[in-house]
Amino acid sequence: MAAARMPARKRDWSWRSQAFRGVIYQIVAIGLIAAGVWFLAHNTLENMRVRGIQSGFGFLTQPAGFDIGEVMFKYDALDPYWKAFLVGVFNTLRVAIIGIVLTTILGTLLGVGRFSRNAIVRGFCYGYVELFRNVPVLLQLLMWYLVFTEVLPPSDAAWSFGGFLFVSKGGVQFPVPEWGVGQGLAAMGAFAGLLLALWYRQRKLQEFEKSGQLRDTFWPSVAMIFGGALVGWLVGGAPTEWNVPKQADVMVEGGVSMTPEFMAVLLGLVLYTAAFVAEVVRAGIASVPLGQTEAAFSLGITRGKTMRLVVLPQALRVIIPPMTNQYLNLTKNSSLAVAIGYPDVVSIANTAINQTGRAVECIALIMLVYLTTSLTTSALMNWYNKRAAIKER
Amino acid sequence: MSATFDPIAPRPAPVKTEGVVPWLRRNLFSNWKNTLTTLVALGVLAYLLPGLSDWLLFKAVFQRDAEVCQAARGTGACWGVVAEKYRLIIFGRYPLEEQWRPEVATILLVGLLAVSCVRAFWKRWLIAVWAVVVPLFFVLMYGGVAGLPVVETDRWGGLPLTIMLASFSIILAFPLSVLVALGRRSNLPAIRTVCVVYVELIRGVPLISVLFMASFMFPLFMPQGLTIDVLLRVLAGITLFAAAYMAEIVRGGLQAIPKGQVEAAQSLGLTYWQTQRKIVLPQALAMVVPGIMNNFISIFKDTSLVTIVSLYELTGSLGIALNSDADWRPFKIEGYLFITAIYFAFCFAMSRYSLWVEKQLNKSKRR
Repeated sequence: MAAARMPARKRDWSWRSQAFRGVIYQIVAIGLIAAGVWFLAHNTLENMRVRGIQSGFGFLTQPAGFDIGEVMFKYDALDPYWKAFLVGVFNTLRVAIIGIVLTTILGTLLGVGRFSRNAIVRGFCYGYVELFRNVPVLLQLLMWYLVFTEVLPPSDAAWSFGGFLFVSKGGVQFPVPEWGVGQGLAAMGAFAGLLLALWYRQRKLQEFEKSGQLRDTFWPSVAMIFGGALVGWLVGGAPTEWNVPKQADVMVEGGVSMTPEFMAVLLGLVLYTAAFVAEVVRAGIASVPLGQTEAAFSLGITRGKTMRLVVLPQALRVIIPPMTNQYLNLTKNSSLAVAIGYPDVVSIANTAINQTGRAVECIALIMLVYLTTSLTTSALMNWYNKRAAIKER
Repeated sequence: MSATFDPIAPRPAPVKTEGVVPWLRRNLFSNWKNTLTTLVALGVLAYLLPGLSDWLLFKAVFQRDAEVCQAARGTGACWGVVAEKYRLIIFGRYPLEEQWRPEVATILLVGLLAVSCVRAFWKRWLIAVWAVVVPLFFVLMYGGVAGLPVVETDRWGGLPLTIMLASFSIILAFPLSVLVALGRRSNLPAIRTVCVVYVELIRGVPLISVLFMASFMFPLFMPQGLTIDVLLRVLAGITLFAAAYMAEIVRGGLQAIPKGQVEAAQSLGLTYWQTQRKIVLPQALAMVVPGIMNNFISIFKDTSLVTIVSLYELTGSLGIALNSDADWRPFKIEGYLFITAIYFAFCFAMSRYSLWVEKQLNKSKRR
């Protein structure tokens, strides 16, 4: 009788088992997709043959034949296409990296401003967020570009701010230190200070684990980095020469110049994305229960330390993943630069498509560039996220 | 013994916590830092507001006269440009005498969308109305029946095109995204891989590259002699793009459903699709309403990108309305502000609706 109570022996295999049906579904799905891909590839090749379109990446070594308004390294029209694409990639990265830094600062200020005790500050931050995130970013870019090209004065009568900063239709000019040995040594000094600060922090943490004595590590670290830079600068002979822009007859000369295209893309992207970052920061801070702050206060921890040691570490856990998304969005939105003629990778590819007709290859290149950036960033962020995640059972 | 009644001194009335003055004291002048901030902010406002309101309103020109506008340049905005060009801006290159058609079609579509947002109307007849209105929209826009002259899709433009692209890509992308999200959590490795690759690939590239693909590459994909209208190609591109993002949001909701729900459904003998349809999805989708609404808003904004592939929706139609006219071209910034207001109105309404839905859904959770 014991055998009757035993469950029926699980058969290894059956025509009607879920596992077998699963295999069938998958074979059908893969078959359909493969057929679809074959159909598209076949059509593409056939169309290319009929229309006489050449394919392949061979064109990358041919001379591009067009000039680029904004380059970060030497490039002229005789250089090959691959070099033009490289210029585009660097321009994209430049606007993305500067944009991410500025967006983080502005967005965090706006997000924290939503918790201000002052009603005007709160209201301003709320109004900013609602206004800027509800208008398409392309429209904002076009508007900034219009402001730069029509509203601002011509470059022979630029607005000058204290004789250092010039703003005109020709773009924005600001002073930079004359690059020399001193600055190089200062940078090296700062780097050495950074290493020292990391080491110091590590040691203090070990000390804390042993003795329970918590020391402030933030200000000593700052002091080390700046001290290193200062020593390097003094060793290099304390250079103080600056390359200051000056108003000349037709245009502003000297200093570092940013084109109106670059400024429009940067401003548009930063102001738009900052609205989203502000919301991310606000949600992160709001996600930390009020009890945490109250408990910290009741232990006599000061306001600043409560923010730094209690609220922010918990808020960061919520903030980091959506913040990464915003960074990636900013990078991808920088492709809209094509609409106002900033030579980013999409704009270069667009020109290349028009000149060579190789749409497939050029679009594949665009996608490759963005995919690499996105997948690298998300891999890094997943790694960080795992580290910062709550340690549970 | 004479006891005199000697009352204790009356206590002061409690500090008022409601009303205008306490509110001001609490929110603007609670301590010296707060007061300083308030004064600085008011100072900045007092400095900026007169100039801004003069430009926007008091010194602005409302006449449809380019010369008057030109004279007021720099001191006042020229709203005359909107009065003069609003038909071109809103309807793009659609033939002037036929513009009642996009008007009616868009009002029908927007009205139906608004009705569909209200739960009281979620009845069977709503599906029937949709089945009538969607074909009617295309018939009105394209024409060719009942004596309406044909208007080719390359002349469609402006706000009707924006609304059409946004609403149809939302309607198409939503079911696709649910399927992809389910596929990504499926037990079948091949299907899971396909969904993961699709989502990650699309999310890794900008929309503009997908639109380039739809407009430059898609014609190469089709067999000889078969051409698909560029509008449909772009619509398909936006749909595929939006579905990948939405699938991730839906997946977030699916992940939040406790496993016990699925196991309970299985133990009751429900099939996979019954489990998903009756147990998992209703809970999961309710959880992600805010995310999905945000996604809808970003699709609406993203339709402005089709300008880059030469479809003249609202942003693009402003360009064609003003670029060709030397008299009015200097007042493009006013035109931009006009369409900014239109975009803002739609997006703001959607985000308010999303907040309202969230409140409705949370009613059951509140005790």
